[in-house]
Amino acid sequence: MEKPLTQHINSLSIPLTLKEYQKVGGYAGVRKALKEMTPGEVTGMVKASNLLGRGGAGFPTGTKWSLVPMDQDQGAKYLVCNADEMEPGTFKDRYLLEGNPHQLIAGMIIAAYAIQAGTAYIFLRWAYKKAEAILRDAIAEAYEAGLLGKNILGTGYDLEMNIHSSAGRYICGEETALLNSLEGKRATPRTKPPFPAISGLFGRPTVVNNVETLCWISHIVENGTDWFKGLSLTETGGTKLFGVSGKVKRPGLWELPLGTTVREILEEHAGGMLEGHGFRGLLPGGASTDFLIEEHLDIEMDFQTVAKAGSRMGTGTMIILDDKTCPVAFLHNIERFFALESCGFCTPCREGLPWVEKILLAIESGNGRMEHLDILRFQTKYLAPGNTFCAHAPGAAEPLQSGLNYFHDDFVSHINKKKCPWKS
Amino acid sequence: MIKIQIDGKYYDADPAKNLLETCLALGLDIPHFCYHGALGSVGACRLCAVKKFRNADDQKGKIVMSCMEPVMEGLIISTEDKEVKEFRAAVIEGLMTNHPHDCPVCDEGGECHLQDMTVMTGHNYRRFDFKKRTYQNQDLGQFIHHEMNRCIQCYRCVRFYRDYAGGKDLNAFSSRNNVYFGRTEDGTLENEFSGNLVEICPTGVFTDKTLMKHYTRKWDLSNAPSVCVHCSVGCNTIASERYDSLRRIMSRYNGEVNGYFLCDRGRFGYEFVNDEKRIRKAVIRSKREQPAEETSDEILYSTLENTFAPGKKVIGIGSPRASLESNYALSVLAGKDNFYTGISGKEQQLTKTVVDFLQQSGIETPSLKQIEKADAVLILGEDLVNTAPMIALAVREASRNLGKAMATKSGIPTWNADPVIQVAQDFKSPVFIATPFKDSLDELSEDTFRGTYDAIANLGFTVASILNSQAPGLKLKNEEQQALAEKIATTLRNAANPLIISGITCGDEKVIQAACNIATSLHSSENKGMLSVVLPECNSMGLAFMDGKLFDDAISLSDKEEIDTLIILENDVYRRATEESVDQLLKKSKQVIVLDQLTNKTTFKADILIPSATFAESEGTLVNNEGRAQRYYKTIVNKDQVKESWRWLAECIRIKNNADAVQWKKFDDIVSSMISDIPAFKKLKDYFSDADFRMINEKIPRQPMRYSGRTSINAKIAVSETGIRQDIDSPLTFSMEGTHAIPPSSLTPFYWAPGWNSVQAENKYLDVPNGKTKGGDSGIRLIEPKDNPTNSYFKPTGENIEIQKGEWLIVPVYQIFGSEELSSSASTLAKRIPEPFVYLNPKDAEELKIKDKEMIQLEISTVNLSIEVKIEESIGQGIAGLSISLPGMPFIDLPGKGKVFK
Amino acid sequence: MLSEEEKKEILKEVKQYPYPSAACIDALKIVQGHRGWVSDEAVKDIAQFLDISNEDVDGVATFYSRIYRKPVGRNVILLCDGVSCMILGYESIYEHISKKLQISYGQTTPDNRYTLLPISCLGDCDHAPSMMINNDHYNHLTLETADNIIDNYK
Repeated sequence: MEKPLTQHINSLSIPLTLKEYQKVGGYAGVRKALKEMTPGEVTGMVKASNLLGRGGAGFPTGTKWSLVPMDQDQGAKYLVCNADEMEPGTFKDRYLLEGNPHQLIAGMIIAAYAIQAGTAYIFLRWAYKKAEAILRDAIAEAYEAGLLGKNILGTGYDLEMNIHSSAGRYICGEETALLNSLEGKRATPRTKPPFPAISGLFGRPTVVNNVETLCWISHIVENGTDWFKGLSLTETGGTKLFGVSGKVKRPGLWELPLGTTVREILEEHAGGMLEGHGFRGLLPGGASTDFLIEEHLDIEMDFQTVAKAGSRMGTGTMIILDDKTCPVAFLHNIERFFALESCGFCTPCREGLPWVEKILLAIESGNGRMEHLDILRFQTKYLAPGNTFCAHAPGAAEPLQSGLNYFHDDFVSHINKKKCPWKS
Repeated sequence: MIKIQIDGKYYDADPAKNLLETCLALGLDIPHFCYHGALGSVGACRLCAVKKFRNADDQKGKIVMSCMEPVMEGLIISTEDKEVKEFRAAVIEGLMTNHPHDCPVCDEGGECHLQDMTVMTGHNYRRFDFKKRTYQNQDLGQFIHHEMNRCIQCYRCVRFYRDYAGGKDLNAFSSRNNVYFGRTEDGTLENEFSGNLVEICPTGVFTDKTLMKHYTRKWDLSNAPSVCVHCSVGCNTIASERYDSLRRIMSRYNGEVNGYFLCDRGRFGYEFVNDEKRIRKAVIRSKREQPAEETSDEILYSTLENTFAPGKKVIGIGSPRASLESNYALSVLAGKDNFYTGISGKEQQLTKTVVDFLQQSGIETPSLKQIEKADAVLILGEDLVNTAPMIALAVREASRNLGKAMATKSGIPTWNADPVIQVAQDFKSPVFIATPFKDSLDELSEDTFRGTYDAIANLGFTVASILNSQAPGLKLKNEEQQALAEKIATTLRNAANPLIISGITCGDEKVIQAACNIATSLHSSENKGMLSVVLPECNSMGLAFMDGKLFDDAISLSDKEEIDTLIILENDVYRRATEESVDQLLKKSKQVIVLDQLTNKTTFKADILIPSATFAESEGTLVNNEGRAQRYYKTIVNKDQVKESWRWLAECIRIKNNADAVQWKKFDDIVSSMISDIPAFKKLKDYFSDADFRMINEKIPRQPMRYSGRTSINAKIAVSETGIRQDIDSPLTFSMEGTHAIPPSSLTPFYWAPGWNSVQAENKYLDVPNGKTKGGDSGIRLIEPKDNPTNSYFKPTGENIEIQKGEWLIVPVYQIFGSEELSSSASTLAKRIPEPFVYLNPKDAEELKIKDKEMIQLEISTVNLSIEVKIEESIGQGIAGLSISLPGMPFIDLPGKGKVFK
Repeated sequence: MLSEEEKKEILKEVKQYPYPSAACIDALKIVQGHRGWVSDEAVKDIAQFLDISNEDVDGVATFYSRIYRKPVGRNVILLCDGVSCMILGYESIYEHISKKLQISYGQTTPDNRYTLLPISCLGDCDHAPSMMINNDHYNHLTLETADNIIDNYK
């Protein structure tokens, strides 16, 4: 089974240097794109491959690139890599950043070339210190080798690449909030339209892509769209980094074809539940996705299939709820996170999430009432996409809504017993 | 126009507007917070939700925010859908989880947008049973009170303060439900438009601190439409009264003039009306400068019989801050040959130059709204932020036009506030500023020019000659300046809507002439261009139409002969000429009669002092610098002997003519006389409603329906209810009874509509938010560009002031707080008035070994001042900027040469 | 007053943006890197250096969780309280550290040696529980290993 993204990653040792990476074929895609293809052809190829964004939203990457105006208006254009991985339960981008920085850099150079951006930024979360050091070294190597800077590979294409390390705040992972943060401002999201492709960083056409997405670009250019499509078990194309955390035997991260079932990831790769622990449910793609339960275990992990089951594949890193963990406490932890990470711009998120958190805390500590469940259910309806300014609160509503549904009895028993049954 | 469907009905809609504005324009009650007509949409509060349907078959629909929804052909909307109503109530419920139970003790109560929206959405009972978040408040200065617990985080305050008004010291802090609006630390809000926060804020976070001193609920206020008297822009206001004192000034919307806003001088300058310096009783002094005796009307009139006896000559000194009618009455009393304008000779000359030019030249003098539409601005010699702050605000808005054009090009509608700002970045429509020292508009400018007024005028003359070779020009010796002149000329020529702004505050005629020349050049070569000239006082323009003689000539007259009677109307003449000249004028006048509102240097010299009514206690017409005639109406019924100046003067005329009755019993009578005597005012008759105006047989009430205490308000004086006080001068009543219909904009005393108790009700009075007032914006322009004008140019008259070493060119520095006479007596605003100071260039200061804030001596003509130095980098060497007209400062003719030393 | 070193570092960041104001967050981090936290004075100094207002800088500083506007100890312990770490038992680690140092989340030890703050999530969920101390990352925490790690920081 091919593992294009992780084949050169050995988490026990340091990442390949630029020279070493080039020896195993690294940057071949850059050479091909810049020397043999036009920007339009590169975009066309990525579009044809149907590469879907790996940051959680699953938006077609080539389509995103094609929205960038390509007429020469002399102004700047930007490519931004969203390396602000802060979704609870998500740890895949760290693996790629620390494991093979050049894979990302190569992808970014091609992406920037496709949209004719002159400057690229890697927006890296504050906490990834190791990745920051590794990336800085890798970028320096790339400059030295003439793969960044002026007149790359003698093609006349110029690209500057910078790392911006953040100062915290989950909302920076939202692409328009990220742009505000990159501009040195408070990271409130922006309204769309206009899309970043029209007015993005500093009001200029900008594309923001996830780390994992950009890591694919060089491979697709080198090997073609058919190859890419052939890697998955479904129509979608490509492999995906899937992760599992929680009370399983082998929490970890694996590159597997899209369409691998939940069961296979959980039982084969993660080794199933730890001794003495039973499975109750999981969030398939980080904290802002709906629960899947026992009956969903044979679902294929892919964007559309998970959506059909009432959830979202999101980042593909699964959080497992075991039967020794209180679901109310589980949800309280998540909603507290979302409440604290609200940017504070729109009313439903800013006022609704703290209310949800307070109710969950009350229920968890045995002070809940049945009316509280009505309010929680109402909030999940109220915090829907379109009702709020961005997807933060709707994301928070996903685990809550499915949790209230699947674990209704647990909520009721907290309320009736006036204590948490998981606490002895 | 396109067709859209709302709640099953079809409407015509303007595709340039968003759905919320469209609905509000149609009179639909869509709840909203963060949207504001002047600020556009951001989509933060989520209250303006409506349901949008894809087509006729779509039963479910989708909730969208109407403020962010473009109006497109075939749009199908429901505002009454059950789900969306539930949603809106939930938004209010969310806000109520933290909102404190302050209503009974909150100033906003009764005119609170949050109260209105809570009722409108139907949210009532509280389900939230946890702790509310609280904040610490800040001391933001004397004008604005801060109560952060009430905040609903609509972000309007920072969008107005920072994005619209250019303020720097207010921001949003922290995040999530801890978002805080304030400064980094306690301190007075610096921006000159901070007062608008009290109207912009939909709750009681920012409230009027001056109102708190004499707090009154909105429903208890008696109001009148009024006009600001603190500068020549003539912003429209609402003046509100209770218990015979003026409680507050709010903005009255005028789509052509001030829009929604006021500057802080206009909003907080009103306290002079209540000040203890008010003259409330007529007094007679038996001997000059001796203590005076109060006197009754009857005794006063019999004393005046001698004054106006046949053969006695009366000289009348008018005023640029008195109404047209009062000035007119004085000119009738004294006779045309004896009516003097009461402004310095230089000011009169400059004003005449401006008015003549505007009447003859064919050049448009713009309203503030037109200024906002300019796409290139040249400010020649005027410190707008201090002299005419609202013009500065309009220039700010104009500078955003390039950004709006860029947004439109990218397909972003201009009502979508934040994306417009993002696309625009720091691109602005070009603004050029040529002044001797910096001001806060500098940050907008593409280029600034600093120099003497001579240099500024020369720059202007050069620009004019580049634009049209017929204009007399001079090539500037300095290459950099010549290049700048060329750049300015090219920019103005290439603009679609260029604007020149100047003013007479500088005291230099050459600057005005240069500005006029530029306008003429632009007009004759390119057939475009507007000229706005700032005048000093609220009726400077009106007075200019009245053909008065020069005040300096009155002084010359007193050189030659004694004057029987000198009547001074609402004018501290010590502000008009040197102390020596005025002393002489008064000394050579056998009898000095002064009519005024506040005691001042002149009133202490009066033999007879007559209590004049302020704008709040009278009706009068003022003409602003645009040439727009506007009228203020009485809100306080006169107490004691206070009467309108024109009524006092009408009595004097009766006495003089030995008549039985006054010839002008009511306001309309004097207006009729005035119009027949002065043809320039003919339009007033066509425009302003007279006292007989009725709306379906009813007068217009000054008081809202819920006004309380009418019968008991004077119970401590007399238990029986007094009759309703009559207003024979206007169609307004001193009662809550009258029409419920929306009055014409010039007669609107307050904003209220069913369900809208707050100032947001004003949207019901407009055709569309930020558009025109229904029925037309208030005021009538008396100057329209002449067809077929003769283009004549002013010649640059040599005489540049030469400055020797050891000398300085002293230029005036006008202060927004302090330089204007009336507002300086507003007790709260007076605390913001700086001590007199002089700007010195740091190199000059170093040479003189003077440090910042040190006291120095300044000598100019006959004046010798001990004054504080402010080191100012932007002012040139050899130039000193002297704060003018601050309380206690003598009259000084500026610009002029002077000396500065330790 | 910004030190020469701080100014140099900030200018280096300014170079990568078209406007100096865009380096606001970088400037805050640089100053914090030198001084441990950002004081009111530092806010004013940064504002002056980047030619923006105090409120511009502080509005940004107070938004971000990793900018400290109050003094912190010599060592900042960031114990992850995310959901995966919760499942894997961060709460008992927290109880232990809290008892050991006699402080709770948000507090600093009297000798100024440690400040304890929450962070969510560190992106190391398959090796939970995790924490960072200063710029160092630790995972697979147990009560014992947490003890040893913390003791190493002076």
